[in-house]
Amino acid sequence: MLPEISLNVLDITQNSISAEADFIEIIISINSVEHTLKATIKDNGRGMDEETVKTVIDPFYTTRTTRKVGLGVPFFKQAAECTGGFLELESEVGKGTMISATFHTDNIDCMPLGDINSTVYSLITFNPQIDFYYEYSVDEHLFDLDTRQMRELLGGVSLDAPEVASFIREYLIENEADVNSKAGYSI
Amino acid sequence: MKSLEELRAIREKMQGQVGLRAEDDNNTRVVVGMATCGIASGARPVLNYLANEVQTRGLKDVIVTQTGCIGLCQYEPIVEVYAPGKEKITYVKVNPEKAAEILEQHLVRGQLVDKYMLQSTNL
Repeated sequence: MLPEISLNVLDITQNSISAEADFIEIIISINSVEHTLKATIKDNGRGMDEETVKTVIDPFYTTRTTRKVGLGVPFFKQAAECTGGFLELESEVGKGTMISATFHTDNIDCMPLGDINSTVYSLITFNPQIDFYYEYSVDEHLFDLDTRQMRELLGGVSLDAPEVASFIREYLIENEADVNSKAGYSI
Repeated sequence: MKSLEELRAIREKMQGQVGLRAEDDNNTRVVVGMATCGIASGARPVLNYLANEVQTRGLKDVIVTQTGCIGLCQYEPIVEVYAPGKEKITYVKVNPEKAAEILEQHLVRGQLVDKYMLQSTNL
């Protein structure tokens, strides 16, 4: 098990990167009334056929070559299910993959979301060739960050340039705090 | 509150500086394992610490990157240092505090930090 949901998100998104996605959406949506948190990762990578989709939730399936177990998806599933939640996985060869886990945040076994800003920051700055769309919402309050829009404003300056990286970090932290405070939500 | 408009200012400031860092063989590569095993044992803060510190200090010939599973999951977080013309050095069970020592001693001063190296751990 991973100690934070944000680490599951980081781990699962590495699969999208391995699947050669060049556009990845990460959506965190919190419902404070129903006490749920839904984490969705959607990519335009190479996708999987039906057979493979069935096997990825099996810990003894992996694409890695260094050993014979792959725990990324099983961990994500287990983390959601032990709160009474569930995992959804849709994939199509050549189109991409969508994976989503719903957590019941009022369950004692629910891991904290954790440092989701670090996850998004690492993903963007260590993969400057990939475009990301990130959305964080609590009830009807929402903020998003779209690297395609950032690139337009930046011209040729890379997303991993030091000034841009620190902008991204502060932008994420400030906007998340703003959404939480508008929604009266505390973690 | 930060607005995306600030990116325009960054663009203007950085114009002309783009491509300052040459991707040549003289760079030292610092590689952090970021597969499930690495992430589960705390690689994210190590990676972010090293990247930020290298930027803050302006270590121009050091590049921090990530990789998948290195194959030694029980020793994660693992940091590998590839310096030009030298043997690969593998640091194991790294946390941000150890990463700070590795950065200061190895990456800045060029002295290996024996106590965190794979070779010196009791296998």
